[in-house]
Amino acid sequence: MAQALIDLIKRQFPAAVLETHSQHGDDTLVLNALAWKAVAEFLFSSPDAAMNMLVDLTVVDYPDREPRFEVVAHLLSLSLGHRLRLKARVGNAEGEGAAIASLTEIWASANWAEREAFDMFGVTFTGHPDLRRILMYPEFEGHALRRDYPADKIQPLIPYREIPGIEKVAPFGRDEGMSFGRQVHARWAEDSEDSQAN
Amino acid sequence: MEPIDVEISEAELELPEEPMLLNVGPSHPAMHGTVRCVMELSGELIHRVDVQVGYLHRGFEKMCERGTWAQVFPYVDRCNYVSPMLNNVGFALACEKMLGIEVPERCQWYRMALGELARISDHLTCDGAMAMELGAFTPFLWMIKGREMVWDIMEEETGARLTHSFGRVGGMAAPPTKGFKEQSLAVVEHILSIVSEVEKLMFGNRIFLDRLEDVGVVSAENAISLGWTGPCLRASGVAYDVRKAAPYLKYDEVEFDVPVGEKGDCLDRFIIRLEELKQSARIIRQSLARMADSGPINVVDPRVMLPPKEEVYNTIEGTIQHFKIVMEGLKIPAGEVYSYTEAGNGELGFYLVSDGSGTPYRVRIRPPCYYITGGLEHVITGQMMADVVPCFGSLNMIGGECDR
Amino acid sequence: MGELKRTTQVIEAGEGAAFATTTLESMLAWAQKYSLFMYPFVTACCGMEFMSVSSPRYDFSRFGSEAPRFSPRQSDLLWVVGTITQRQAPILKRIYEQMAEPKWVLAFGTCASCGGFYDNYACVAGVDKVIPCDVYVPGCPPRPEGVLDGLMLLQDKIQSGDRRPSIVKPRHDPAVDQGLGLIDLKRAAKA
Repeated sequence: MAQALIDLIKRQFPAAVLETHSQHGDDTLVLNALAWKAVAEFLFSSPDAAMNMLVDLTVVDYPDREPRFEVVAHLLSLSLGHRLRLKARVGNAEGEGAAIASLTEIWASANWAEREAFDMFGVTFTGHPDLRRILMYPEFEGHALRRDYPADKIQPLIPYREIPGIEKVAPFGRDEGMSFGRQVHARWAEDSEDSQAN
Repeated sequence: MEPIDVEISEAELELPEEPMLLNVGPSHPAMHGTVRCVMELSGELIHRVDVQVGYLHRGFEKMCERGTWAQVFPYVDRCNYVSPMLNNVGFALACEKMLGIEVPERCQWYRMALGELARISDHLTCDGAMAMELGAFTPFLWMIKGREMVWDIMEEETGARLTHSFGRVGGMAAPPTKGFKEQSLAVVEHILSIVSEVEKLMFGNRIFLDRLEDVGVVSAENAISLGWTGPCLRASGVAYDVRKAAPYLKYDEVEFDVPVGEKGDCLDRFIIRLEELKQSARIIRQSLARMADSGPINVVDPRVMLPPKEEVYNTIEGTIQHFKIVMEGLKIPAGEVYSYTEAGNGELGFYLVSDGSGTPYRVRIRPPCYYITGGLEHVITGQMMADVVPCFGSLNMIGGECDR
Repeated sequence: MGELKRTTQVIEAGEGAAFATTTLESMLAWAQKYSLFMYPFVTACCGMEFMSVSSPRYDFSRFGSEAPRFSPRQSDLLWVVGTITQRQAPILKRIYEQMAEPKWVLAFGTCASCGGFYDNYACVAGVDKVIPCDVYVPGCPPRPEGVLDGLMLLQDKIQSGDRRPSIVKPRHDPAVDQGLGLIDLKRAAKA
């Protein structure tokens, strides 16, 4: 079944299919990025494919490859029960010019998936009705899931408090805090008596 | 104060016609603390809504690229924190699919029993919280009581109430305890009685039914297009369940039904979850009956399993093997895989890319909640303001999974 | 009234009547610590344990703190339950600033206390980077018993007027401290 589907796409779009494989039983088509939407539309509307659900859409970043980003979509046909993975490669080594057609007109689930891919990797989806950041805030600079974004580089929205030792504010020292119990502790009792005496 | 009999033309009495913008959340009890809805209201009707998520984005996928494969388990736990066991098992299955190994039969039954217990915990929490948000506090308390019982079993088995990190690539961290079967059967019995009590209480309650019936209707076509899976999709009348459609573990050997709704409204989603509790109970009973009392729980495969402790302490080969698996991580052959299981909210997929080293190159989790929350805009547009609460509650948005 | 005994004198006036003297501060603190209105700022996993703590088995209403107020202006105690991300931080700060004095903050769980294992671009490593915090409850998520310990610790602090931050420490097992097993301890208690 699945092989028949791959053959069908190959017949229909001979120039668009760059490579295919079925590793671990997942049938995969690597497409020319320009044919991305045409193939998707065909898979959606053709009765032999009937891919009525876009299960997932994501991006994988390979910084030392050209094109750099691999857009990966997983499709499912609920009526025929088969799955297919589509891939397309976009963007140059600097991560610029990464653009691919949006699938929102075909599947509604592509809306948020593409917004996330844009937010995390900076891949633009042409024709997307509302391409904004979704998981990060609009003030965030850069794209967090790109492999050259340092994992611990924070961009705070509000300044941290101005007190000494902000890196380690909580009393994590050995003698800090209190030993356990309901009673008022001797150390505090002494302190408060001192303050009363003063 | 102005005199009452002052002459005002009719036109001045008209209220302004432009729609009102109302911000709900993110710190709002009905929005679970992590979703913000900016609504454009006309009177009480919602004209347009902008659903904003991401307030709990914790960088799950980035963190996975920094550790070994085994170190992903604690992060997976905290993605869906209502049923962590299902996520654990889902990730373990994805890794095993890449390695081409299959865990022993006893472990498969054990995973199923634990997973269904986790599903019970998930559905109890969702329905309980949904009822509470609509003002019915009693079922919430009852269901949390049932959930505590499930968590007692989990604690007995794994050592943690909530975040177990119990799955391993190639098995589980520990074999089932002696009292597991007996305790689980007793708890399942108790939970079924809680469910029937809740049914009696809720389905005779006019207010509760009126607030749910024909509210937030989603047609099957829309649900499929939005990428919904799990109870929300089944409530819309599509009998798609990964456990039936693409059975993993031993789901093809147990008998259970897939409850399907008719209308796809909030009430259907509530009922589907209650029905699934009963199906989970059936699966648990069958798995426990077929799980052997003794036998191996982990695969015998030195590539992925730590050697037994006697060998680690007494032989140099054991020490080296232990050291290599702990420090370098178990090696997964280069390639990519998409493995999917049925989690509490629907299809939980893991798209893994490995470059052959001990560290994942990319771990993409396909969160069922993200796509379901993506449909929230569609569900509540055109509804009344008061319907937002049952609609949102019935979708069972889990912040950790939605935002990761 | 045991907590007041340091400053309290109970005087028997005969015929079953009695009165007590104390200072106004300790009286006020006593009233405050048993009537904490809480604002649950629930974001993440710890929220599940928060549900457990508020449900019958662990039931923190025994400590006079069951009334949730989803308006910061009516609440005294801010429970920060779960991870605070950079995106969430301004909201948390705003809510804290809207609360009226006296106010307390309890960091529920490791993420709220120090960021936990989410040491990355998205998370704030502990709420104390943004707002001052009174009690830290460790655990991922903390067990309900640990949360109750934290609440009791906060009540102690309110009573003694101490505003320094403190952390819930692991409870000492009295049996281990005395070198006894649990059965021996029970026997010793009976004797």
